[in-house]
Amino acid sequence: MLAYAIRRLLGAIPLLFFIITAAFFMMRVAPGGPFDQERTLEPSVMANLNATFGLDLPLWQQYARYLGNLLQGDMGPSFVYRDFDVQEILGAGLPVSIQLGGMALLLALLIGATLGSIAALRQNSWVDYAVIATATFGITIPNFVVAPVLSLIFAVWLGWLPAIGWGSWQQMVLPVIALALPQVAVVARLIRGAMIEALRSDHVRTARAYGLPTRMIVIKHALRAASLPAVSYMGPAAAALLTGSIVIEQIFGIPGIGRYFVQGALNRDYTLVMGTVIIVAVFVVIFNLIVDLLYALLDPRVRYD
Amino acid sequence: MPRSILRTAALTSVLALTVGAAASAQTYFRGSDGDPETLDQHKTSTVVEANLLRDMFEGLVIYDSEANVIPGVATEWATSDDGTVWTFTLREEARWSNGDPVVAGDFVYSLQRIMDPATGAKYANILYPIQNAAAINSGEMEKEELGVRAIDDQTLEITLEGPTPFFLELLTHQTGLPVHPASVEEHGNDFVLPENHVSNGAYTLESFTLNDRIVLTKNEEFHAADSVEIERVEFLPFEDRATCVRGWEAGEVHSCSDLPAEDIPRLEAEYGDAVRIAPYLGVYYYGINSAREPFDDPRIRQALSMVIDRDFLAEEIFSGTMVPAYSWVPPGIGNYLGDDAPSYEWSDMSMLDREDAAIALMEEAGYGPDNPIEIEISYNTSENHRNAATAIADMWSILGVETTYNVRDASAHYAMLRDEKVHDVARAGWIGDYSDPQNFLFLNRADNPGFNYGNYDNPEYDGLLDQAGETTDLQERAQILGQAEEIFLADNPQIPLLYYSSRSLVSDALVGWEDNIQNVHPTRFMSISE
Repeated sequence: MLAYAIRRLLGAIPLLFFIITAAFFMMRVAPGGPFDQERTLEPSVMANLNATFGLDLPLWQQYARYLGNLLQGDMGPSFVYRDFDVQEILGAGLPVSIQLGGMALLLALLIGATLGSIAALRQNSWVDYAVIATATFGITIPNFVVAPVLSLIFAVWLGWLPAIGWGSWQQMVLPVIALALPQVAVVARLIRGAMIEALRSDHVRTARAYGLPTRMIVIKHALRAASLPAVSYMGPAAAALLTGSIVIEQIFGIPGIGRYFVQGALNRDYTLVMGTVIIVAVFVVIFNLIVDLLYALLDPRVRYD
Repeated sequence: MPRSILRTAALTSVLALTVGAAASAQTYFRGSDGDPETLDQHKTSTVVEANLLRDMFEGLVIYDSEANVIPGVATEWATSDDGTVWTFTLREEARWSNGDPVVAGDFVYSLQRIMDPATGAKYANILYPIQNAAAINSGEMEKEELGVRAIDDQTLEITLEGPTPFFLELLTHQTGLPVHPASVEEHGNDFVLPENHVSNGAYTLESFTLNDRIVLTKNEEFHAADSVEIERVEFLPFEDRATCVRGWEAGEVHSCSDLPAEDIPRLEAEYGDAVRIAPYLGVYYYGINSAREPFDDPRIRQALSMVIDRDFLAEEIFSGTMVPAYSWVPPGIGNYLGDDAPSYEWSDMSMLDREDAAIALMEEAGYGPDNPIEIEISYNTSENHRNAATAIADMWSILGVETTYNVRDASAHYAMLRDEKVHDVARAGWIGDYSDPQNFLFLNRADNPGFNYGNYDNPEYDGLLDQAGETTDLQERAQILGQAEEIFLADNPQIPLLYYSSRSLVSDALVGWEDNIQNVHPTRFMSISE
């Protein structure tokens, strides 16, 4: 399996190269540049800035220069945040986003799996209906609605938790819950459906016939099979969650990297956008690999060697 | 939740914050509109940076809490008879935060640095009135040839290209702030890092965490340190205005520097005077491409301007946070005509009369419902801009105008305005960098294609601006600039729609926040009450 993982990672290198190249040229196709803002600059000032950042060079030279620097581990300076390199910006924000996304992911898996399992075991009971209704609610209400409401109730009205910032556990509670809620709903629905199917499968029926306790059957046999769809879903979801939630980070004033995806593109901050694209691409590659490996662990029929 | 409970909760929170702040020796949690792009005063261009730099550095002159120009490092100044040579006397007790004296040579070094093309200064042109500045910034001359010299440590002489009566106003801009030469020489661009930072203002930089907070602490070397009451300022960036409001309501922030327009009626109802809406030195306008048919006909431009109900835009679209505009130069500006400043001749007419007159003008020009004009409004993406454009299109429909829209993000929109100029009508705005009418009127010069979105080309207008530039008597100059604005308003190449307002949310605990047209609020003049 190790050989398989290494092969997959090596195979991702051309893919990353393609993504970087496509992103580099696609960004340059968009009209406007990093210094085209509401305050138009004097032509001489613009010329100085273009020269400072190498934007006066032919595009292929800029591309070659970017790739050359990237191979040396240098993502270049931000065109907008001029006191920082892209590595510094992402290096400061990424751990925060990973912390936020990781906790939300964990919460979503724990609560989602529990709720989904309970609903499956109590199929067509009021518990089942309640879980389905809550899950539907969680999926349909977007977190740009849920997050401000949570903040308003628990920070502004009740004063129990902070409304803004990141660092203390109190500051983490509301954003993690807000980010996890839709994922809880999705996981619960996926687990419920798969669990119902698993509980009807032959091997579970056999296990029941042998008189194994229900708890053992659920945890050891049914949940294992039922977790496969959730694992498939959580691969890309984890990549998205861990690389920052634009909405949640903005609403709670969290210093992650979420805002750079949108703001970087709007500002035509080429190097910063390239940095975020690379990070997301790497995360997607890694999490898809993890999903595939988990599949092999959970389903003995899947083998990669 | 009942309103009274909400109010009680908010007041309790503010009180808690006040007590907490008092306990931490006056920390001011200051909501900011976003992150600074840089803390290098020579590379900055945004209001966010201006607020930070104003706290950390002191220029030759500064703004007080009411945006009056008062002495800074310079205690007094004199000008030559022809208005081209300014001599500043620097205060002896001025010190950098590392204890070094602030001397005239520091300003020479700083002004040369901002004009050096290698610095890549976005706003170098603000100081182009200084002799040879433009040529140096374009790489045509050496920076040592800049018209600035230190006569001795306490005397600085600045020579200008021509008389520039608003030169003192220019020096209040962040581009006029000094850098500590030894730090720049030693650390290069890294002089802005907290561990290398040396400032000469009321505060020094303690830490800068992008997207999180910037912490300033009181500079004990500052010459007026005894009068500075707030010991520590934490600038908190809020890209989302509503987040700052919730932080304020939860008692975690003392002030928000901007507010979501749609939330203002609620905030005013809940918190009354804590909502500060004040006239701001800016104009929101539509540039009409007067170089294009049929917009080269001034009757059409005037008709388009007349039927726009600015009261509706201000009240309904911008929730009362903007002011209807009937002139190009915002009221309250310095060095101008005050109440005698020009405005549209028809500004006092009722909307019904204006509509009738506009329809007549369009008919005269050969257009109307039977022969409609098709107009494309270009604007940069924003809900308010979209709502305004939709409302204006509806107002124009009475003239038989058929409107389409071209919506792009800000970069694409302004790149089009600068390079292609293929618009019919384009939204734009201008916030004054300094309080002088020249800063608005120069936008429409024929030789200023970067800003002249109306493609206005009137030699008489340009001539009056040139004449004003040579006039040192401020009253006479104001009259000349007034004549220029009158011509501009009659020609209508750009339609002023609204004057901006600043909109802030300020805790009762914060003492010394004065509303002013520049929206400048130096922390050194504020305190936090217990």
